[in-house]
Amino acid sequence: MWEDGGCEAPSLEESDVIFQILIGELPYLLEGAGIALTLLAALLGLGFVFGIVLAILEVYGDRFSSILAAAIEFFFRGVPAIVLLFLFYYGLSSILDLSPFAAAVLALGLRSGAYQSQIFKGAFQSIASGQMLAAQTLGMSKIKAVLYIILPQAMRFAIGPWSSQFCGDLKATSFAYLVGVSELLRRGSYIVAYTYGNALTVYGFCALIYLILTRAGTMILYRLEDRLCVPGFERRGT
Amino acid sequence: MNLLAIEDVYKSYGDLEVLRGVSFVMQKGETKVLIGPSGTGKSTLLKCINRLISLDKGKIWLEGTEVTNPKTNIDMIRSTIGFVFQDFNLFAHLTALDNVRIGPMKVKKMKRREATELAMEELHRVGLEDKADAYPAELSGGQGQRVSIARALAMAPKLILFDEPTSALDPELIGEVLEVMIDLAKSGMTMLVVSHEMGFSRSVAKEVIFIEKGKIIEKGSPSQLFTAPKHKRTEEFLHKITELYG
Repeated sequence: MWEDGGCEAPSLEESDVIFQILIGELPYLLEGAGIALTLLAALLGLGFVFGIVLAILEVYGDRFSSILAAAIEFFFRGVPAIVLLFLFYYGLSSILDLSPFAAAVLALGLRSGAYQSQIFKGAFQSIASGQMLAAQTLGMSKIKAVLYIILPQAMRFAIGPWSSQFCGDLKATSFAYLVGVSELLRRGSYIVAYTYGNALTVYGFCALIYLILTRAGTMILYRLEDRLCVPGFERRGT
Repeated sequence: MNLLAIEDVYKSYGDLEVLRGVSFVMQKGETKVLIGPSGTGKSTLLKCINRLISLDKGKIWLEGTEVTNPKTNIDMIRSTIGFVFQDFNLFAHLTALDNVRIGPMKVKKMKRREATELAMEELHRVGLEDKADAYPAELSGGQGQRVSIARALAMAPKLILFDEPTSALDPELIGEVLEVMIDLAKSGMTMLVVSHEMGFSRSVAKEVIFIEKGKIIEKGSPSQLFTAPKHKRTEEFLHKITELYG
């Protein structure tokens, strides 16, 4: 029909068809969203641990570990996500036979960790130095002091900026499409392919799912921030 | 045996010599007060005693254990020395009760219930058991400093170091903190105090030590030092702080 003139709008029946297909494929797409969320949980978890370790090394470590941490950060923040994915999936394939999912967790997780370390570093540095001193005068080792005194305070400062990291990483899961993880976007693309070009509707529907997930996630984080709010740590703007 | 012995300690920051051969000893149950112009190393000396700052030269002994020996388990030593800061440094995310019991729980591995009882006793001792659930941001300066004294007491220290405990307080709040400190001194706690509160020194200090430019210029009982100082510098300094503190 496009060859015939090309300016005809699709008939009502045709647009109905794509919605019926979308409804029929909803379980398939939601499963893809589930895979994206699993990937997100894994990469955020890895990134959280990696980011805290990097931040502690950089702020409280000796010269060597602080330089090492800064170098690692520089690498994972400086290389594009897609390049990291290709490095871990194709580049390391001869040494490390990673599944697409594992490669995505590692590449995106370490990248997220490098960004998260910046958030935690700032949060650690915003804690008055007297807090560490006071903990040490009670006989706490540096590790205990960080665990019981610094971290609980730093986490409260970190939740706000961390929620933007969460949004970024949720959307970054769609990069995993490129190494073959069957997540939401890839499944959307399959549907676009077999329905011959309903790109706007299908991708629009995927976008809607991403929006809902982002909103749900940030709401949970805001609620967490409220629950952790104690006098002296009020949420900014309240 | 001396509870605390400070032997000929030196400390420099670059070219700035902060401590230049300071020595003195303290017996169990004594209160001693350090006075002197700002920047003369009083705070540095206190922080050297629990090795928050390391010395360049000299030795410090606590009940026969050499604090300054790198092999000494310093966390262990610190848990037996209380430290009260000028700006309290209460743990901002914890209630008054948690501030006081976290040391016994996390350092001495005391059971939660036992630590809570102990903490409530110490809060009672500083007159703040009704503020147990308040966060530091909800306390007045005087209350904050009293909680920080309770926090130090909960570790059952051999010695408490006070680094200008009332300098950050509004004048009308100084009294309540000094009162707690006087009661402590009278109950037999060993206390080394950096403070220019002459009234406090007069009522409980065994000895007042005047330090200037990293050296002890003069020491003596409060009545002797405050009324008949031997050195001209001591006299000048006392004249200045009398004008300020009365």
